[in-house]
Amino acid sequence: MKRDPIYGILAEFDSPTALVEAARKTHQAGYKRIDAYSPFPIEGLAEEIGFHRDEVPLVVLIGGIVGGLTGYLMQYWMSAVDYPLNIGGKPPHSWPAFIVITFEMTILFAGISAVFGMLALNGLPMPYHPVFNVPRFALASKDRFFLMVFSNDKKYHPAETREFLESLAPRSISEVPS
Amino acid sequence: MDEQYKITVNAQETPVIEPGYTFGTVTEKISAIVLTRPASNGWFVGFGLAFMLTMMMLYAIGYLFVKGIGIWGVTIPIGWGFAIVNFVWWIGIGHAGTLISAILLLLRQSWRNSINRFAEAMTLFAVACAGIFPAIHVGRPWLAYWLFPYPSTMGVWPQFRSPLIWDVFAVSTYATISALFWFIGLIPDLATLRDRAAHPATRMIYGMLSMGWRGSARHWHRYETAYLLLAGLATPLVLSVHTVVSFDFAVGIVPGWHTTIFPPYFVAGAIYSGFAMVLMLAIPIRKIYGLEDFITERHLQNSAKVMLATGLIVAYGYGIEAFMGWYSGDRYDAFTLWNRLHGPYAVPYWSLLACNIFIPQVLWIRKLRTSPVALFFISGVILVGMWLERFIIVVVSLSRDFLTSSWGMYYPTRWDWMTYIGTIGMFLAAMFLFVRLLPMISIFEMRTLLPEAEVKE
Repeated sequence: MKRDPIYGILAEFDSPTALVEAARKTHQAGYKRIDAYSPFPIEGLAEEIGFHRDEVPLVVLIGGIVGGLTGYLMQYWMSAVDYPLNIGGKPPHSWPAFIVITFEMTILFAGISAVFGMLALNGLPMPYHPVFNVPRFALASKDRFFLMVFSNDKKYHPAETREFLESLAPRSISEVPS
Repeated sequence: MDEQYKITVNAQETPVIEPGYTFGTVTEKISAIVLTRPASNGWFVGFGLAFMLTMMMLYAIGYLFVKGIGIWGVTIPIGWGFAIVNFVWWIGIGHAGTLISAILLLLRQSWRNSINRFAEAMTLFAVACAGIFPAIHVGRPWLAYWLFPYPSTMGVWPQFRSPLIWDVFAVSTYATISALFWFIGLIPDLATLRDRAAHPATRMIYGMLSMGWRGSARHWHRYETAYLLLAGLATPLVLSVHTVVSFDFAVGIVPGWHTTIFPPYFVAGAIYSGFAMVLMLAIPIRKIYGLEDFITERHLQNSAKVMLATGLIVAYGYGIEAFMGWYSGDRYDAFTLWNRLHGPYAVPYWSLLACNIFIPQVLWIRKLRTSPVALFFISGVILVGMWLERFIIVVVSLSRDFLTSSWGMYYPTRWDWMTYIGTIGMFLAAMFLFVRLLPMISIFEMRTLLPEAEVKE
């Protein structure tokens, strides 16, 4: 398969307001494969580019449940099944004493799932990405806001898309080589 | 005008960031400390001293490994000496970092954004210092891994009904979650450093650490969800950690330990000492690196108020201990109180009351709450007081329990002091490296506080 030499078209904006508005207009114009880049989280921006399903909470929930079960069952198996010891006459399965570690393991697994789940869903680590080929993109981590239309969008057309993005009054427009 | 500014102007309070900053200038100012500002002679002297203290600690620990814990002042009946005192003290200091980063995030206290990063770093380094003590206190430290449930050839498992094993899980979970929380907070700022670094090697290192973060809206969305959930998880965690530490004592039957007030009073004490450490670090750092615009009077005031509140909870804890000494009718509990007030350790006990209860009451005076110099010294007093509190709990309770025939005294040796002061050096050395190598204020969270960050419809 021949790859498109152009990865997408990147438009640069000055303010979060301009980016949110541009993202909304672009999405409304029928572009579905778009992305927005900003130096800090902007509330509602992800929704404007058509992102609605955030699976991180589910991953964390599963992690927490697995952690809690692991914690409790580990203690149960070790203390009551594999090697029961009589300590101060307490029953081998002394569940109230197992709660603390069950709790800690729940938090541990849920927290690890939150971090690594977020990174995995974001496809990180990914040290190389075509968008870094645009020199001005270095400002995306400082004070500029970018909107990208990917070249594999159904509606993408090199000239028309560029024209459309120009109508949004960006500060600059660049083609992203893939 | 931004909502936040309106609110702060109305309340006639100092804002969280001084006006006049933009995304660009905030970024410049914080990243320049790491990327372009040359290390000053003062930094080298400070780091050098801290490093030497770290070496002293390693020497003391090395000698301990050769000789065994007989070089310390611990004996029977006082088997828990400095090691446990310092462990509890350091863990407590760490708690303020998590409180600032997690609990204040959930409470939408935006002033936290300029102090959370280095408070989290403080947590990590404090937990690292804390972790040393139980590990070297076990007698045969090369077997410290026996604390963890691993399939051993002996076929035996840890004793899960003991608070000491709960502590292993609580502290190791706390260390892991604190490190992860700190790291994901750093990712976007590492990307900023990557994009601003001039040297290719610097760019490469920060680039790898930032994991290729590019600020995509989808990524931010998941990032914020994960961050918020992590804060929600860290909040009960931090409360549980010092609760479990207090169980190490409260579950035992020793007079002066066996009390139900311990968990809340330990947690409050932890936050008390932690905020004192935050101030002791923040006050010189903001002065030296010219960050008074970001760490303003408001931050100092708020931290002072937190100290005042938690200090009163701690005072309540002491009050209840004293009250129960009388009200329980238990002669051993009553004796514990008498022994604290008049026994051989009366001087540390009265100093503790002075440091933790009486002196910090000056924080009611607004003028002192906003004076960096005064706050620096009051924080020092509180840190000493909180250390004394743990000393009283550990040493004084053990020194005189039920039988007069088993009474004893505890005299710390030079190795105890060298290890303790050495960990302070290690903590400071790590802080010195941190302020030079990583952005000590969260740049992206500072951007969100600026008026221009608001999306206007």
